[in-house]
Amino acid sequence: MTDHGTAGRAAGGTDERPVRRLIGGLLVVSITASCGLAATYALGGQVQVEGALLGTGLGGLAVAGLIWARTYLPHDPVVGPRDDVGSSPADVRAMEQSFEEGLAPFTRRSLLRWLFGGAAGAFGASLAFPIRSLGPGPGRSLFHTAWTPGARLVDSAGKPVHVGALEQGAVLTVFPEGNVTDYNSQTLLIRVDPAGLRARPGRQDWSPQGHVAYSKICTHVGCPVGLYRETTHDLLCPCHQSTFDVLDGARPVSGPATRSLPQLPLAVDEAGYLIAQRDYTEPVGPGFWDR
Amino acid sequence: MIGRTSRWIDERIGASRFVRTALEKIFPDHWSFMIGEIALYAFVVLVLTGIYLTFFFEPSTRDVVYHGSYAPLQGQHLSAAYKSAIDLSFHVRAGLVMRQTHHWAALVFVAAIVVHLMRVFFTAAYRRPREINWIVGVTLLILAMGNGFFGYSLLDDLLSGTGVRVGYSIALSIPLVGPWLAFLFFGGRFPTDAMIPRFFVLHVMIIPAVIIAVLTVHLAILWHHKHTEFPGRGRSEQTIEGSRLWPTYAVKSVALFGLVAAVLTAMGGLIQINPIWIYGPFRSSSVTAAVTSASQPDWYVGWMDGALRIMPPWEIRLGGFTVPNPFFPGVLLPGLTFAGLYLWPFIDARLLTRDRKTHHLLERPRNAPVRTGLGVAVFVFYTLLFVAGGNDVLAGIFNVTPEAITNSFRVLIFVAPAVAYAVTWKVCRDLARSGSRPTRGTVGSTVAQTATGGFVALDDPGHGSAPVVTAGRDSP
Repeated sequence: MTDHGTAGRAAGGTDERPVRRLIGGLLVVSITASCGLAATYALGGQVQVEGALLGTGLGGLAVAGLIWARTYLPHDPVVGPRDDVGSSPADVRAMEQSFEEGLAPFTRRSLLRWLFGGAAGAFGASLAFPIRSLGPGPGRSLFHTAWTPGARLVDSAGKPVHVGALEQGAVLTVFPEGNVTDYNSQTLLIRVDPAGLRARPGRQDWSPQGHVAYSKICTHVGCPVGLYRETTHDLLCPCHQSTFDVLDGARPVSGPATRSLPQLPLAVDEAGYLIAQRDYTEPVGPGFWDR
Repeated sequence: MIGRTSRWIDERIGASRFVRTALEKIFPDHWSFMIGEIALYAFVVLVLTGIYLTFFFEPSTRDVVYHGSYAPLQGQHLSAAYKSAIDLSFHVRAGLVMRQTHHWAALVFVAAIVVHLMRVFFTAAYRRPREINWIVGVTLLILAMGNGFFGYSLLDDLLSGTGVRVGYSIALSIPLVGPWLAFLFFGGRFPTDAMIPRFFVLHVMIIPAVIIAVLTVHLAILWHHKHTEFPGRGRSEQTIEGSRLWPTYAVKSVALFGLVAAVLTAMGGLIQINPIWIYGPFRSSSVTAAVTSASQPDWYVGWMDGALRIMPPWEIRLGGFTVPNPFFPGVLLPGLTFAGLYLWPFIDARLLTRDRKTHHLLERPRNAPVRTGLGVAVFVFYTLLFVAGGNDVLAGIFNVTPEAITNSFRVLIFVAPAVAYAVTWKVCRDLARSGSRPTRGTVGSTVAQTATGGFVALDDPGHGSAPVVTAGRDSP
């Protein structure tokens, strides 16, 4: 598009038949593609064929137009003046004068002016209140999940987990019984070798027979910490590669996460099923101001 | 030919004078001035395909059971949003080509804006009097990125749902007001039923309307300023050189629209994008569906994702209050990025060049080594962040741990831009000194071959008017 050749290359008296033939050919291709598109649609549609025909139909038309423009339209550069971007000083002065003349009445009656301002401001402020309807306040909701004392751990199908059901090294996503769709309660149950477990002070009785349970919501930005590597006994978040040591209270060992995954205190009920002793003792998921 | 109609219209709205100026308006010819047009035409394609998609998409988290032709989802509980996106891909004729064209157009739209911004930056087209239009343009970039993110998030598939989760967590991380802000915007604690309908109205109505308004301002200011142009023989600050709008520029521009639309529709049909049926639903009767590795967002969010990944595990905890880790890469970095972009013309004019004069002629990148060096350094910085967004993929390719890749990026992100600056500065200096490859139509001399085969320089301004034999060869 940078050519500055003669005005319309065909105007030079050269043979323009090849160019006409090329443009005509492109237009025929375009027409054929458009007809093909209609036929494809009528026959039920096929996405790759549609794409190819759309591209050909439009592309043929566009390229023909470009070649036609380059052949027949004037190309000699035209030079014109650049007017000042700004207005003339006289216009600027006149505008300011008009504005200031109109402004004069506003400078008087100062009490009314304050009242006008106050009324507009008060009304504007009152308009902000409906924003409050957009959602509930956070309150303490970020601090809790649906886990309650004695709630059985169930899998996504709602089946409770017996204490012997999981082999060592196995991992299962569990929910509190009756809340299998509760996003914020999703928890990873992992069975590890109890001998390797380094329980934190006060958590010694949270992991019956090597069953540990951690919130599945990453403490970084909340992705599901879904990848358990048994050999290194760590949990890897697939989103930003934070890694948590399962044997050491799910402490973050690499990546951007700053906090351990909250641990769910477990116990076994009289029927032999795993239950939660109580809710998580700290907020699950990513950090926030007053956590 | 158009006499009666144009007179009829002119008698009623008096358009002839404006239309005449418009038809004769001069647009400089240079390939780099087409990039902004590509963005504009990608936006037109977005609007057209988007309107079509709204007829079939249901922005709702209502629980529905799938009974369509895609076997792996048979009998599963899905959100209406996800199901309608699947249905419009598989059951609506031409639905998939529209959806994929829409997605490709969105990627190209933001890409064209970024390349256009780089063209304007490296040629210093933002200088007085165009600072306001630079600000308007940066606003368009933010709007385009935001709308892309909302559109991508509407489908409620596993990958985009995870992206929304990240967005919510970033909102949550803002000091003091974060939890309130996140709850008001999402309508409660993540995940909510309100978010898909809200994203929908933002994506199809509010943000497009704002984009159209801001785009109109962008073009109106451009129209008033007239286009910049590169310096060259016969070019000056007082003149403009190029093709008239009518007919040459108009036809070329319409043809460019056709080309952009042709490429986008061809991509939409031939190159699969965002196959949400493979990703699976974000919500279903169970939330056990798990994101595995290699989950990357659309490209223009990639730099933020990369920043989230390589941010060291630091956060601020003070007397019971926390400034969480994602605040720094997720809020502070984009905030500084766009603040820097907004302020750049003023930083340049007041601190860097101290040049506050009006410019219509562009500056070649080599003639401004500091600006060009800074631009390349910043480009390298964001490109590295983008690449860091694939640290899991890279770890697989190089067969090392993601930790090793992350640590490398933590160093590279500071070293590479510095090196890039130094190299660029030197290259610009050397190029500017060499004087080779002058701007088209300048310096250099016209030569003519003599009867004996020698060359004679004609009208060489540097050497007076006397012809100088620069080379000679006797004819046999």
